[in-house]
Amino acid sequence: MLGSFAVLRKQSLLGDAISHAALPGIAIAFLLTGAKESNTLLLGALVSGLIGTFWIRGIITKTHLKSDTALGLILSLFFGFGMLLLTFIQKQPNANQAGLDKYLFGQAATLVESDVWLMAIVTGLCLIVLLLFWKEFKILLFDKDYANTLGFNTKTIDILITSFIVLAIVLGLQTVGVVLMSAMLLAPAAAARQWTNSLSMMVFLAALFGAFSGVFGTAISAAQNNLSTGPVIVIVASVFVMFSFIFSPNRGLLFRQIRFIKNRRDLELHKTLSFMFNIAKTHENISHPHTIKILNNFQGYTKGTLKKLVDKNYVTLNGNMWSLTQEGFETVSNLYNQQLKKDE
Amino acid sequence: MSSKIAVQVDDLTVAYNYKPVLWDIDLEIPEGVLMAIVGPNGAGKSTLIKSILGILKPIAGSVSIYGKSYDKQRSLVAYVPQKGSVDWDFPTTALDVVMMGTYGSLGWIKRPGQKEKKAALEALEQVGMLPFKNRQISQLSGGQQQRIFLARALVQDASIYFMDEPFQGVDATTEIAIINILKALRKANKTVIVVHHDLQTVPEYFDWVTFLNVKKIATGPVKDIFNDDNLTKTYGINYKVSIQK
Repeated sequence: MLGSFAVLRKQSLLGDAISHAALPGIAIAFLLTGAKESNTLLLGALVSGLIGTFWIRGIITKTHLKSDTALGLILSLFFGFGMLLLTFIQKQPNANQAGLDKYLFGQAATLVESDVWLMAIVTGLCLIVLLLFWKEFKILLFDKDYANTLGFNTKTIDILITSFIVLAIVLGLQTVGVVLMSAMLLAPAAAARQWTNSLSMMVFLAALFGAFSGVFGTAISAAQNNLSTGPVIVIVASVFVMFSFIFSPNRGLLFRQIRFIKNRRDLELHKTLSFMFNIAKTHENISHPHTIKILNNFQGYTKGTLKKLVDKNYVTLNGNMWSLTQEGFETVSNLYNQQLKKDE
Repeated sequence: MSSKIAVQVDDLTVAYNYKPVLWDIDLEIPEGVLMAIVGPNGAGKSTLIKSILGILKPIAGSVSIYGKSYDKQRSLVAYVPQKGSVDWDFPTTALDVVMMGTYGSLGWIKRPGQKEKKAALEALEQVGMLPFKNRQISQLSGGQQQRIFLARALVQDASIYFMDEPFQGVDATTEIAIINILKALRKANKTVIVVHHDLQTVPEYFDWVTFLNVKKIATGPVKDIFNDDNLTKTYGINYKVSIQK
C-alpha cells in the first residue's frame, strides 16, 4: 500500500535502506534490555530506521550527492554496524541471544497474537491517515513545488509519508526480515502500476497483491516443512510482478507485442489497398481487372495480404487478374480521413 | 492600467552555495501588465520566480504582494511550473491535475467536491482541453500538457500569475492559444509574469519586460526599453533583433 508512494517517488531503494537501517536498532534494543521481547526490539528498529531515513534526507538536501548514493551509503553503514553488533551479541554468554538473526530473513512462525494485533492496528492507522491526507499525498508526489505555492507545508507531508513507510517496514521485519523487506514493499506496487492508470486503484491493488502474497506465501510455507515464510512470500509477490509485466492489458509486454504486430499487419494491408486504389482510379470503372503481376513491384504485397483483402471483400480475384470492389474503393477513400481523425 | 503595484521585490539576493544566482534585485511590477522576464541561460529567471513564490529561500531581501507578505497573499498568486519539472507518467488524468488547482483554497484534509469539479471543467474548456479530460496525462502531447498546467493555474482564480517558460516545446497552435488566454487575463486586470525565451515575440506578446542577468538590467514598458542597448547589456554580445514598432 505505502509502497506505491515509494515507487512513484522514484525512491524505491528507500525501503531497502530503511529496513537495513533498522538492524542496529534491533541489536541495540537487545543489548540494552537483554530480553527478546519483540515490541521493544521493534521500537529499537523504528528509532534507528527513522534516524537512517532522516540522515538520507539530510545527505540529499545538504550535499551534492545523488539520492542513490546517499541510500547506498546509509544502507551499508547501518547494516554493517548492525552485523557488527549481532556478532558481538552472539559471543555473549546470554542464552537469549539465539534467534536474533531471524530478523535477517524473517520468520512468521515467531509471530504471536499480540504481534498480529499490533500489525492490524498500525495498518488501520495507515489507512485512516491515507484517506485523510489523500489529496495532500497526491499533490506532493506529482508536483512538490506547486504544492508549496498552494500553501501546503510539503515538509510536513513528506515527513508523514516517510514515517509511515518506516513504520510499515519495521512491522514487516519480523515476517520477511531485513534483507527481503524492500521487495515486500515494492513488488505489489510495481505489479499494481501495470494494471491501472489511477492512483487510488494502484494503491488498492497494491494492498490486495500484498495481502495475497502474504496469505499464499504463508500457506505454501506451512504446507511444506523447512520452507521459511519470508522468502516464499517474496517469491509469490515476484510472481505477481512477472505476471503483471507480461499480461497486463495496457502496459504488459505480451499485449504490447500483439498490438504492435497487429498494427503492422493492418498498415501493410492498407498500403497494398491504397496502391491498388491508385491503379484503379485511373480507370472509369473502378472494378476494372488488372493483372496480379503489377503488384509485384510493390513491397508490401504478399499472397497473404491479397487473400486477406479478398476475405474482407475489398478485392475480387479472377485467375491472374484482380479488381477492386465498390466496398474496397470506399474503404480506401475513407482511410486517409480516418487517419487524420485518429491523429487529432 | 492602474498605478497599483502588484509585486514588489526589494534587494533580493539568492545563491546556490557560494555562487550568487540573483544579486540585489529591486523590482516593481504594476498591476495589470503582461510581463516577460528575459535573459540568457543561467541568468536566474526561474530562480527569481521561485524565490518570489517562496519555493527557494533567498539570502537577503523581501517580497511583497499588494503591499503584504507573500504568505498572507498566497491565494492571490498562481504558479505554472516548467513542464519538465514533473513526472508525466504519474497515474492520473488531465481533469485530476487541473483539480489540484483547487486544493489550495480547500486547505488540509477537505476533499474536492462538485463545485471544484465544475471549476476544473470550465478551466479545461478555456484551454480547449475538455475532450481530453479523462485522458491519462502520459498520453498527452507536450503542448497539451502545457495547457493542462495552464488550466490548473486558471482554476485558482488568482490575481497574479507566474509562468515558467509556458511556450517551451509547444507548437504554433498551442502558443497562440496560450497567448490569447494570457491576453484575456490582462484584460481582466490580472498581472501575468512569464519567463520567456523567444526575443522575437516579446514586442508582439508583452507590454512590460524585465531584462535579467544575475542583476536586473532594466525593467519597464516594452515600447520604451526593449532595444538593442538593453539586449546587448543582458546577453553580453552585440545582440540585434528586428523590432517591429
